[in-house]
Amino acid sequence: MCLAVPGLLTEVFVDGDVRMGKVSFGGVSRAVCLECLQDAVPGDYVLVHVGFALSRIDEEEAMRVFELLKELEPEELTA
Amino acid sequence: MKYLDEYRSRAPVERLVRAIERVATRPAVIMEICGGQTHSIVRHGLDTMLPELVELVHGPGCPVCVTPLEMIDRAHAIAARPGVIFCSFGDMLRVPGSDGDLLRAKARGADVRVVYSPLDALKLAEQNPHREVVFFAIGFETTAPANAMSAVLARKRNLRNFSLLVSHVLVPPAMEAILGAADNRVRGFLGPGHVCAVMGLEEYRPIAARHGVPIVVTGFEPVDLLEGILRVVTALEEGRSGVDNQYGRSVRDDGNRAARDVIDSVFEVCDRTWRGVGKIAASGYRLRDELRELDAEARFDVGRIAPVEPAECISGFVLRGVKKPHDCPAFGKRCTPETPLGATMVSSEGACAAYHAYAKEPRGKRLPLAGRDAVAP
Amino acid sequence: MSDAARARDTVSFDASCPIPASRYDAIVLGHGSGGRLSRELLETVFLPALGQGPELAQEDQAVVPLPTSGRLAITTDSFVVSPLVFPGGDIGSLSIHGTVNDLAVGGARPLYITASFILEEGLSTALLRRLVESMRRACDAVPVRLVAGDTKVVDRGKADGVFITTTGVGVVPDGVHLSATLARPGDRVVVSGPLGDHGIAILASRQGIELETALESDSAALHGLARAVLDASTEVRCMRDPTRGGLSSALNEIAAASRVGISLRESDIPLRPEVRGACELLGLDPLYVACEGRLVAIVGADDAGRVLAAMQGHPLGRDAAVIGRVTAERPGIVSLKSVSGGERVVALLSGEQLPRIC
Repeated sequence: MCLAVPGLLTEVFVDGDVRMGKVSFGGVSRAVCLECLQDAVPGDYVLVHVGFALSRIDEEEAMRVFELLKELEPEELTA
Repeated sequence: MKYLDEYRSRAPVERLVRAIERVATRPAVIMEICGGQTHSIVRHGLDTMLPELVELVHGPGCPVCVTPLEMIDRAHAIAARPGVIFCSFGDMLRVPGSDGDLLRAKARGADVRVVYSPLDALKLAEQNPHREVVFFAIGFETTAPANAMSAVLARKRNLRNFSLLVSHVLVPPAMEAILGAADNRVRGFLGPGHVCAVMGLEEYRPIAARHGVPIVVTGFEPVDLLEGILRVVTALEEGRSGVDNQYGRSVRDDGNRAARDVIDSVFEVCDRTWRGVGKIAASGYRLRDELRELDAEARFDVGRIAPVEPAECISGFVLRGVKKPHDCPAFGKRCTPETPLGATMVSSEGACAAYHAYAKEPRGKRLPLAGRDAVAP
Repeated sequence: MSDAARARDTVSFDASCPIPASRYDAIVLGHGSGGRLSRELLETVFLPALGQGPELAQEDQAVVPLPTSGRLAITTDSFVVSPLVFPGGDIGSLSIHGTVNDLAVGGARPLYITASFILEEGLSTALLRRLVESMRRACDAVPVRLVAGDTKVVDRGKADGVFITTTGVGVVPDGVHLSATLARPGDRVVVSGPLGDHGIAILASRQGIELETALESDSAALHGLARAVLDASTEVRCMRDPTRGGLSSALNEIAAASRVGISLRESDIPLRPEVRGACELLGLDPLYVACEGRLVAIVGADDAGRVLAAMQGHPLGRDAAVIGRVTAERPGIVSLKSVSGGERVVALLSGEQLPRIC
């Protein structure tokens, strides 16, 4: 299950009764439903599954694992 | 692509592999719950990088694999009805029912359409007021908010020609069933990252506690999966159990409240039969009573469905990680990706399909699994 | 000029309007019956669009001179793409490019093409004219001569607008021997540009998918690029233009025919960001997505650099790259080293690749 991909929210609009957004995935865009992510704004990265935004990507959390890896092996990687 | 590329990069991946090698001192049998996680492991060849001590067992987190035969047959019967436009995610089109798959039904004249989103099915209903549009609402909890929203909007817009054939399944009861089986070998889990983005972490705590297992909610990219594995292995080495969140950038502790509200307004929990496993209590969603008119099962009387499961298929054992595809007498002979007997051969996450591509080329104990990013089911 | 001749010339000099009037704006069954309506379709749509005179339709066959050296290359292809017109091309130009490419990858110089049309009752004649004009432009650009054609009409619903079947004839010069059976361990795999543009451009426009993108099909005639490759090296074993089934199908074919393994490096495979984005979103593997204007060549290791430079020097090969090599291990298997460093098999597609949610 669960093929969900992060994309950049570039626009927010209303389609009839539904809050929608335009999300860009490396140069292709698609209309995405924002009803489950009411506080998402253009500039946010959102996780999209079957045309719905499920979550906003937290940049700080995203960097966490890379900080951890620096701690794991502080020496430079040798070839 | 941001939040994808950096999680696939060689350097952090290799560091994590080395860290796993340092930590693992004894065999660890770990199950990744989600089919998408399996897919990513295979696609990036992560299983070819792990130390031998770590054994990954592929879980049942693939709605394709577990949708009951009876439901597939019902879908075919509805699709064959004149005037019906049957909409489905691509994954389901090649799953074998008792008599062929949806593509065969299409060849026989059924109007079967692939959609990316339930909202596309809704649009088809609006554009075709004289046709009955049926949407095959499958999936785990991740897909439930979207499927539910299509029901909410259909109601709101007073669409009379739209209905859902619901076959939702839930992860926690499946995990309980796996852990509760006498022949279970799994000692730790990579929890389903996108399911938890919706549902949060809470329901996994009692499972971890009751069975004394570590559950690390994990993402889908190589760095995520390897960090998840590292955390599970470390927990096993230290004798720890409990729920841990590796996928913090997408998963909040309490998930997505608004998404759960939509689910609750449309669906209620029910018993579900899992293909190859059997009935698991309270393991699925069905439409609430007040939305009965949107239920395709009620709207289309297709008579009694008597599914015929191929006797030889051992998908259920494979799904629970108890048997390997090679244990099946039909594997590679009567059951191949072109002529699948069961869902684990159809789905590209299915262990049988994965093993088949490399059937002639095992590399030691660790079979490099197929990279058939091709068709999902 | 005698009066009689002048009269003849006057009579045979036809309409001054470049687009002759057709009585019908849509194809009807009568257009395929071989009678007056068929004649009218020919004279008002096909011949003008092809810029050809009535001689094209006078005989039941085209008679052409035989080449004095080399061997004949012959290919046939059918085109059923939907939608008929897509970003970057249409079924008309696609049919010419595809046929030329099948000849070109065999080292042949394209000479002649025939085109057979199955028209669906109800097809707009204006659209048909546009498609045929597109074929003419594609032929002129190569150049290759369209020497014979045929038209049939079927009931509404029996064809997706129009199906086109072509035959292509070319000549392979003496000394050029390309074959899928000739790949050897150590050879390099060179691809002329980013994968999957055509397949994604088509998919993006489909109902139910609807991706917004500026991406266009890569549909193009590859004879010039193929010539440049063969001029640069005598160590070219084999060329293919990956269409249905994508690069995977082409390479799996070669691996099986030559009984060798092929090992690719994911990080070296060129992909446009739009194709990447669409594939990630829909759960597709770009290695299985169709191209219509890309060349893949298997080249002896020592000449790989030369071939790469030749491709990059050609307008259709600017983004060419070496993406892998032929191995002795695991014959018949195409494998890939992922960007993460792991390895997987690129198995032959089992049916159509569909978007997935799982």
